[in-house]
Amino acid sequence: MMRLPDFELRRPRTLAEAATILAGEGPAARPLAGGTDLLPNMKRRQQTPRVLVALGEIPGLRTFTNGAALAIGAGTTLAALAADTRMAQYGALAQAAARVASPQLRNQATLGGNLCLDTRCSYYDQSEPWRRAIGCCLKKDGDTCWVATASRRCVAVSSSDCAPALVALGARVRLVSREGTREVALEDFYRDDGMDHLVKRPDEILSAVDVPDAQGWRSTYWKLRRRGAIDFPVLGVAAAVKRDTAGTIEAARVALGAAGSRPFLVPQASEALIGRTLDDATIAATARRVAARAKPVDNTDFETRWRKDVATQLVSYALRELRGEDLGAIRRRF
Amino acid sequence: MNDSTRPASPREPCEFSVNGEPVAIACAAHVTLLEALREELGLTGTKHGCELGECGACTVLLDGASVLSCLVLAQTCAGRQVETVEGLADGPGLHPLQAAFADLGGSQCGYCTPGMLMSAKQLLAAEPAPDRARIREAIGGNLCRCTGYQQIVDAIAHAAAVMRGEPA
Repeated sequence: MMRLPDFELRRPRTLAEAATILAGEGPAARPLAGGTDLLPNMKRRQQTPRVLVALGEIPGLRTFTNGAALAIGAGTTLAALAADTRMAQYGALAQAAARVASPQLRNQATLGGNLCLDTRCSYYDQSEPWRRAIGCCLKKDGDTCWVATASRRCVAVSSSDCAPALVALGARVRLVSREGTREVALEDFYRDDGMDHLVKRPDEILSAVDVPDAQGWRSTYWKLRRRGAIDFPVLGVAAAVKRDTAGTIEAARVALGAAGSRPFLVPQASEALIGRTLDDATIAATARRVAARAKPVDNTDFETRWRKDVATQLVSYALRELRGEDLGAIRRRF
Repeated sequence: MNDSTRPASPREPCEFSVNGEPVAIACAAHVTLLEALREELGLTGTKHGCELGECGACTVLLDGASVLSCLVLAQTCAGRQVETVEGLADGPGLHPLQAAFADLGGSQCGYCTPGMLMSAKQLLAAEPAPDRARIREAIGGNLCRCTGYQQIVDAIAHAAAVMRGEPA
């Protein structure tokens, strides 16, 4: 059996108490939300924190308010998020949440956990004996990146579905520590470094996600993976557009996930879309420019070249859906 | 795997409910709900498969929601309601889902069956009349390497009809 390593479990009842524990314990302590990413990683000894601070009994982390903007408690489960009627205006997030993993995992996994997901790599997400057999890798206990042996940087891939969706929606996250609360735009929450991919400090807790009012916007999320369930994204495309009554695009944000060590906005997409309508030529030109920014490396499922080629298709699907085409039949293949 | 470099965390008392019965165990922090059910409580109906959240064999209901018991810490279940496959049958009478799986070949080697049944139970509690696409979606987190899934979908659809009181 693959058992968890031992640790001390703390179960605070308030966010302040959790922040105090993390401040006192230092980097050897980790917050535990749904556990669906951290616990498998601990079973494989990729991470072995000495203390886990369970956040599940902090009631404030599950609040969900809908004023001018949407404030989502980081402890909201992905299942609750995907089922919430208030999400209708935030299509990309609802679709992303509904496509994470499997029903059971969505019942456990939280939005905050999905945003803080560890980066993944075919040389890292393996059992400890497997990793030791190749002398480990840069990300954990080794000094070579087996994906790009000349690389001094870890290229493990950001595999969150909700992150690109929320980047496209212009979300911000709240980080709480004993020193107070700071807000960070989600696109600035990530670094392009597979080993150190979050700007969140070890003593900070991601407590909430603020999504600006999406009045007048339409958004969508497309996910590439081998199977229609369970799998992490091999590519994620989130697109949001705001059009005037004539259909001219006033604002647009396209973000890619699983195309690097962080989810990122593609400013070239906004340039290609603003002032135009979602006609075939605009969609084709935008898709080419977005796909040019996807630089997959050979550390996940599918052949690298094909993953780059298919990015053009996925962006086209997203934009065609936003102009009102029914792509249900194509969606069901993903 | 040798974890002897650290002192063992203490066994803490932990009380929760399993299939409507209160249980009290004492376990270390690292013990999962799956390990508590199988090793502390002797309820081996819930299977351990991949232990990494990828196969669904260990699915149980926690406060009515299907979860993977291999990724739930037992101590975080204190005060909560756990339902396992052992709680489905009413004495000698099989639950309609169990009867349908048996009658329609929804179970072959049987290893995925407890998890499938619990996923199906959650689905039918929320949606008494799911179509086949919804059934497939609801068991998307449960791997079966024998049946090809068709008989499982048939069995869940049949059980749903029985539970709605429709003639079989």
